[in-house]
Amino acid sequence: MNYFVIGYYALLIGASCLAAYYSSRSAFLLLFSLTLVSFIVGIVGGESALWTITVCAGVLALCAGTAYAFREFLVIVLPVEASKAIKTAPLTATFGLFVIMTYAIAGVFAPIIAPHGEAEIIAGAFEPPNDEMLLGADQLGRDLFSRLVFGARNTVGIALLATILAFVLGALMGLIAATRGGWFDQLMGRVVDVIMSVPSLIFALLLLSIFGTNVVVLIIIIAIIYSPRVFRLTRAVAGNVVVMDYIEAARLRGEGLWYLIRREILPNSTAPLIAEFGLEFCFVFLLVAGLSFLGLGIQPPTADWGSMVRENATLISFGEITPLFPAGAIALLTVAVNFVVDWMLFRSSGLKG
Amino acid sequence: MAAKEKDVLLKIRDLRIEGYSDEKWLEIVHGVDLTLHRGEVMGLIGESGAGKSTIGLAAMGFARDGCRISAGSIEFDGMELTTTSEADRRALRGSRIAYVAQSAAASFNPAHKIIDQHTEAPIHYRIRKRLEAQEDAMELYERLRLPNPQDIGFRYPHQVSGGQLQRAMTAMAMACRPDLIIFDEPTTALDVTTQIEVLAAIRDIVEQFNTAAIYITHDLAVVAQMADTIKVLLKGNEVEEADTETMLSNPKEDYTKSLWAVRSFKRAQKPRPGGDATPVVSVQNVSASYGDTPVLHDVSFDIYAGMTVAVVGESGSGKSTTARCITGLLPPTSGKIVMNGVEMPPSYKSRTKEQLRQAQMIYQMADTALNPKVRICDIIGRPAEFYMGLKGGKLKSRVDELLDLIELEPSKYYSRYPPELSGGQKQRIGIARALAAEPNFIICDEVTSALDQLVAEGILKLLDRLQKELNLAYMFITHDLATVRSIADEVLVMKQGEVVEQGAKEEMFTPPHHPYTDLLLSSVPEMDPNWLTTVLEERGVDNIGEAAAT
Repeated sequence: MNYFVIGYYALLIGASCLAAYYSSRSAFLLLFSLTLVSFIVGIVGGESALWTITVCAGVLALCAGTAYAFREFLVIVLPVEASKAIKTAPLTATFGLFVIMTYAIAGVFAPIIAPHGEAEIIAGAFEPPNDEMLLGADQLGRDLFSRLVFGARNTVGIALLATILAFVLGALMGLIAATRGGWFDQLMGRVVDVIMSVPSLIFALLLLSIFGTNVVVLIIIIAIIYSPRVFRLTRAVAGNVVVMDYIEAARLRGEGLWYLIRREILPNSTAPLIAEFGLEFCFVFLLVAGLSFLGLGIQPPTADWGSMVRENATLISFGEITPLFPAGAIALLTVAVNFVVDWMLFRSSGLKG
Repeated sequence: MAAKEKDVLLKIRDLRIEGYSDEKWLEIVHGVDLTLHRGEVMGLIGESGAGKSTIGLAAMGFARDGCRISAGSIEFDGMELTTTSEADRRALRGSRIAYVAQSAAASFNPAHKIIDQHTEAPIHYRIRKRLEAQEDAMELYERLRLPNPQDIGFRYPHQVSGGQLQRAMTAMAMACRPDLIIFDEPTTALDVTTQIEVLAAIRDIVEQFNTAAIYITHDLAVVAQMADTIKVLLKGNEVEEADTETMLSNPKEDYTKSLWAVRSFKRAQKPRPGGDATPVVSVQNVSASYGDTPVLHDVSFDIYAGMTVAVVGESGSGKSTTARCITGLLPPTSGKIVMNGVEMPPSYKSRTKEQLRQAQMIYQMADTALNPKVRICDIIGRPAEFYMGLKGGKLKSRVDELLDLIELEPSKYYSRYPPELSGGQKQRIGIARALAAEPNFIICDEVTSALDQLVAEGILKLLDRLQKELNLAYMFITHDLATVRSIADEVLVMKQGEVVEQGAKEEMFTPPHHPYTDLLLSSVPEMDPNWLTTVLEERGVDNIGEAAAT
């Protein structure tokens, strides 16, 4: 027993008692169950296990603090309408927004932020971190940190473009299908069934090996693979709007298809579409990273998180954590986007907390 | 009514309820008192937003999401509901207090059989075993005069009619023999002919089991049949309370008197224009079908400029289908639609802009008829822009003019969105949108049936004024014969897709009638508290369901 362990348990028990005294039920349950778990973990894993728990709790607290501060910041900075929405947002959502904003800044200002060039060889292979290189060097001696920053630009940029294209394609077709109905609806429905019946990764590999690998082809192929899901959602959402009396009134007025879609249907189906956009972005992002990992995505020497994981994968067997950085970057962004999407879904579904 | 203190079942004192909006708690019920004795039926009436339903729910110790009971006491049979735990209150609901909602179709779970939903509460509260509960359900169905009481429970909710479903729901409320039932507008969504069955059934069963009831409605004639006492509410305040006879014959407050007077709006009948005037719309031998199911058979009628033709009939009689044929949404299988002497193409898709402009529609549900994401000025301005090609300043002054016409202040409503308006205001916007096209013929599809009586009267007066000013022809679809009496010049009675009778209003309302017209007319509730009893006696109590079906 040393002072750390004694302090650790004293703090937990004290906090539990305080929570119970102020009858804050959920906080008490959380703290006290953590205490009980710590007893077991402490006996099994010793002091180092308790340190791990402390560090995890500290990181969590740091994230929560960042999210809280960022939320207050947004409330002040944003216009009235938006800040009203942000005020009631959960911390997870603002944390997600914070992470997304960080990535966006990293991507946009990559050449300024990165200390070295994207393909610049500055050291020996797999050199450990030093003053010059924050995260060490990769298999060719390039600065890992710089490549991570440039990777944000490439991977996220391509995923974003592909998602936008998928949405334009899918949503437009879905809206037209819902409004027109008839043979067009049937035809699009069957086309979509065909695309969806082939597993997306295999379909992408197939098309990429036919058309060759370059960024434009990559974006178009991914957009085509993911547009069916958007089509289905849009058609379902728009289908509920199309039966409304105001659409009938507009039709009887003699309005054209484009007016109906743009002015009457689209404004009433944006909320679920925006939520779906976030979700879809995650899938596309993972697919881009996956394709790069397999060597069919973004081609070297362009920095990209998927291929960075693959290139450094050998280091895993030596107990190095270098390949985990790009993987972690992918994971963090996916989680962050999902946090924001959850919040938006919650809002658009009209549930009240 | 012996108002002995020990007979008091429900005692509400100084009830205040707050609703949450715009990050503030606003009081919506301002200190209402209510005393209900065992076996007594109290009618709560008022416009929408008067707090009728909120008080009804509060009688069960329940507040809707976003509402809270902020002060006052609710004492049910000696138990204080505001302080008891949620679990105790929940035990009370369903077993000792039951609730019958407005729309039975929306309240039944479509995935389960009616009887399974009926027996859920008695089994849950261990009052009866499953088989006993089912037998009891069948007995209740019989008492409520549902057809085939032995079998009807084993159907799914969509397999029975709306009126039957509403009675099944009343039976379900009775399943645990509660002390108190809250009826929240149980017949508002029903036709007059169906309404009368449900009213009779509810009244009988409440009398038989000596159950106390709170009957919430905005229809005075209905409440006159059902209630022993009537309480009038306005904006969360009590206006007055008295027993039914006194309330009807001698209301004290001005507001109550205005409610009573609503049904007096009446307009003299106009004759058809003489000579060889061309009708604005002439429907000639129109038949139509949905898929292979024929819905309209050989319908013919004419509408002349400046006149109102009311089309009446119960739901499914083909009233709205006729309107859909005229507008071209449903091309008729035979017959033709002639407007101002010109034959219209059957489908709206092949009509010209000018042809489409002539006939406009006003819808029943203003909520779904106005796009919630479009500003008022764009909703009204679009037809003017689309048909007349108005732009910029001209368009704005036209929209202002239209808003003036429907008695809404232009500066205040110009850039609002539909969800910010009340039901009556939304309906007015719907009218303005129709007027913007400068039509000579407007189809009004049940335009007042979703509105309170006071608001509905305002809309009727507005429509009447517009007709005089703009010489419009109206086709007025409704199932409310009181509306017909007030606004129509000619009446068309429809049943199962056929025109049963047609003629001038005065003729139609004086006997002799076609038997079906007679049934419709006699089913309209009247203010006389003995009306229901009289009608039932005339028809013979047992065959009331059959009378409606024939």
